[in-house]
Amino acid sequence: MQVNEYKPLIVAFCCNWCSYAGADLAGNNRLAYPADVKIIRVPCSCRVNPTFILRAFQRGADGVIICGCHPGDCHYTSGNYYTRRRMAALFSMLDFLGIEKERTRLEWVSAAEGAKFAATMNDFVQTVASLGENKRLEDLRCKK
Amino acid sequence: MQKITREQLIAKASELLSNGTVSQVLGWGKGEFDYDVTPTLFSSAEELENGFVFNDFCGANFSKYLVSKAAKADGKLLVFLKPCDTYSFNQLLTEHRFDREKVYAVGIPCEGMADISKVKAISGDGIASINADGDNLVVTTLYEDAPITIATKDVLAERCINCKSKKHVAYDELMGEEGEVLASNRFDEVARLEAMTADERFAFWQNELSRCIRCNACRDACPACTCEKCVFDNPNSGVENKSPANEFEEKLFHIIRAYHVAGRCTDCGECSRVCPQNIPLHLLNRKFIKDINEFYGEYQAGEEVDSRAPLVNYTTEDLEPGEVFDRGDNNA
Repeated sequence: MQVNEYKPLIVAFCCNWCSYAGADLAGNNRLAYPADVKIIRVPCSCRVNPTFILRAFQRGADGVIICGCHPGDCHYTSGNYYTRRRMAALFSMLDFLGIEKERTRLEWVSAAEGAKFAATMNDFVQTVASLGENKRLEDLRCKK
Repeated sequence: MQKITREQLIAKASELLSNGTVSQVLGWGKGEFDYDVTPTLFSSAEELENGFVFNDFCGANFSKYLVSKAAKADGKLLVFLKPCDTYSFNQLLTEHRFDREKVYAVGIPCEGMADISKVKAISGDGIASINADGDNLVVTTLYEDAPITIATKDVLAERCINCKSKKHVAYDELMGEEGEVLASNRFDEVARLEAMTADERFAFWQNELSRCIRCNACRDACPACTCEKCVFDNPNSGVENKSPANEFEEKLFHIIRAYHVAGRCTDCGECSRVCPQNIPLHLLNRKFIKDINEFYGEYQAGEEVDSRAPLVNYTTEDLEPGEVFDRGDNNA
């Protein structure tokens, strides 16, 4: 008998123009991805402030993934190039502080890549599930 | 022992005051103790004579003070800058934080500043006076009868042991001799931490950051932290003006503080100098500097005015964040 199987909580920041539409396409095509993924729509992946990511962890996320348009395809021309630099620096810093690097990810998903969206989410949820609960960036006050 | 003396600095400041070049002098003022040197504004030769000090504890970087003080000064403001301060000076000019026309910068040589916590570790508490004597510091304390002699090089601040440059990158006038950019080992400690396992790093930072009392001194002293409104003063943030409630808040504060100055940090080391809990905060900043150098090419903030900081720049060929970890050397 399976009792209370651990389910990770994943926060996905998706850009309005590509990845959010990609998630929509995944839904339209009936491609399954875990319901543990909570999508937050942002105007552009570069809207994601590093504080957002830390806040997501604080409020109970076990993993945070940022999805944006492929480099070169940004609706605002260059937003995702900035995201790429910012996230490279931030993820490296989280790793430096000893926080599991698998808990954060940046992926490029276009509006036509519903299948990639579903596959990415499946893979990410599996990776985070194997790590278990987020203990290193948790805030006990936010635990239920 | 510093190569330049208090008397030379006072003579220079008095001369510039009397010939009308400057109306005020931003300098190191006498504090309650010999090691407790306070940034002070002087407007006459008498004030300088009474209050100005220059010793081995004049670590304060005056660049940040120019943001508020230069705007208020009637005429020009004289500021003394050590080589590392000039990088912050340039960085603030790049960010248009003060009016260059209102500042008269005098570059002064620096032989490295002493860290009072290292002095206290040797002498003990109750320091009554500290005087420089050649390459030594003579410390008298309330509890010891005989003065204690300490070699200055043994109590140098961490940032001065790994001094990155003795060269001034900005000044109107230079006193003493110009130095060179040095090949320092400042990233060695970061590399040592990177070579550890994630568990060891986590334990290390947990130990260091748990001492944080959120006094905000690191933010207040940082020449790169000059926002008029700070996220940590936001009453809706839940983290304003209070000590960290738990481990998360410690990490939140320190990650965001270091991240906000990433690419703009000149590695002046003020954050670690002012930390009352001796947390090695400069390591977080240096990690960002090291990463940025490795990912996007060597960049020294403040070396040139109007250079573009790496995190507000991009190329189409940048590394993906995932690739950062696959480079092999970053992650043990």
